[in-house]
Amino acid sequence: MDKAVTTNKLTKKFGDFVATNEITFEVSQGEVFGFLGANGAGKTTAIRMLCGLLMPSSGEARVAGYDVYTQSEQIKQRIGYMSQRFSLYEDLTVRENIRFYGGIYGLSRADLKTKSARIIEELGLNDAANTLVESLPLGWKQRLAFSVALIHDPKVVFLDEPTGGVDPITRRHFWDKIYEAAHNGTTIFVTTHYMDEAEYCDRVSIMVDGRIEALDTPAELKRAYGVDSMDGVFQILARGTSGK
Amino acid sequence: MITIENISKAYGETKAVQDVSLTVEAGELFGLIGPDGAGKTTLFKILVTLLLPDAGQATVAGRDVVRDFRALRAVVGYMPGRFSLYPELSVEENLQFFATVFGTSIAANYELIREIYVQLEPFKNRRAGALSGGMKQKLALCCALIHKPEVLFLDEPTTGVDAVSRKEFWEMLGSLKERGLTIMVSTPYMDEASLCDRIALMQTGKVLAIDTPTGIERLFEKPLFAVKANNTYRLVQDLRKAPFTITCYAFGEFLHLTTKEGIVENDIENYLDGRQHKALEIRPIKAGVEDSFMDLMQHG
Repeated sequence: MDKAVTTNKLTKKFGDFVATNEITFEVSQGEVFGFLGANGAGKTTAIRMLCGLLMPSSGEARVAGYDVYTQSEQIKQRIGYMSQRFSLYEDLTVRENIRFYGGIYGLSRADLKTKSARIIEELGLNDAANTLVESLPLGWKQRLAFSVALIHDPKVVFLDEPTGGVDPITRRHFWDKIYEAAHNGTTIFVTTHYMDEAEYCDRVSIMVDGRIEALDTPAELKRAYGVDSMDGVFQILARGTSGK
Repeated sequence: MITIENISKAYGETKAVQDVSLTVEAGELFGLIGPDGAGKTTLFKILVTLLLPDAGQATVAGRDVVRDFRALRAVVGYMPGRFSLYPELSVEENLQFFATVFGTSIAANYELIREIYVQLEPFKNRRAGALSGGMKQKLALCCALIHKPEVLFLDEPTTGVDAVSRKEFWEMLGSLKERGLTIMVSTPYMDEASLCDRIALMQTGKVLAIDTPTGIERLFEKPLFAVKANNTYRLVQDLRKAPFTITCYAFGEFLHLTTKEGIVENDIENYLDGRQHKALEIRPIKAGVEDSFMDLMQHG
């Protein structure tokens, strides 16, 4: 099967500082890939390179089959992105947000109409379709942001701490949606600080000081480090020098 | 050390805090646990005299939050959820500023912050705005402590912080507690609840329950099982359709299955038999704080 993401010694330097240091990995189509690391370990820099937003210093990377150096526009059309900080326009309504993002990704008018109706239906937002996003509860916003990130049927969707701050039930409903998308063939590339969520991933990589220190299934990582939770693995590995 | 009686606060239509009552003993490490919108920040702001309640009364260290606000401010330390130091001032200047405002000096209370501040000292001339997330947090804690408060209020100090730094932060709270400080801390992370002496679970402005972490766990009374198989997605789908299922949610590597009374492992195994699940594991478990919270949210 085609790989959704491949990197080979991907590196980014800012002056003397090596933010991402020769990372090499592959992610399969339809995989839920957890991208973990302490604050400042280099996750955001790596994600920005993979999204075609930041030129690498050296190394190779392909996302959805396209090269990050020469085909960043093709990459942007085939990926979805959602972060806790920026996803939706607060002063647009639910419907306007969907139409805006659909328009940006070049959906046809007919397509946009069907998708819009389906998203509103699926999220049970019929009564709230014309309300401003700012007045929605956080959990609804996040589910809407996720649906919007999938509106153009991307090959890969990048989720940067998607579940911060929500209640435990909403957090799990969100993961149901993640599983569903992966089940339908979308590759999920997710960062989180909740170590129980790391267990939900097919495979997990852990970055320490710009390098990938470990990459495997949660079960295999726990066996290798002799602990019974991903939190245990993380505590052993992630005590790098960053953040100290 | 803290008493809260029937405190309410609304912002227009939004009832941020609804009739909350609780008490915190001297020397206690008390946790407010709940998601965004639970009312944690509003309650903190009322307790540190930055907001007036619409109704109810509260005292901190014997001072009324409305009447004695000046006296109260001198005896509390407050670390807001958002970084609120002066980014243009250096590490040392920030600390000096907060010490001076409270009419004291760094030297007078150095012992209280020493353990934390030694990690910052190599960077004491760096602008606070240029610090890493973990260091900003440590500096904010030092600034909240430098006037030697009796009660420390920490509003979501670990939100967005990685698991390693979170652990370090809780170790710091542990040693402050040993010095006799009363601490009220809020967090959306359920796994931090067990590190508190007592906790209040909050949701949309209301307190769902107040107890020790163990007491909260005991509130969960239904049968609960941990279930695991090779394909989690299919397992969830199947279990949610089962006649005995009340809820089924992911919990780390296992699913937590809440069932009707009288259900045992065999019933679940028989139901799943023939649905092609490999490496099936089923065992009854004791509920954690998060199980109780989710149960109280739905039925409390």
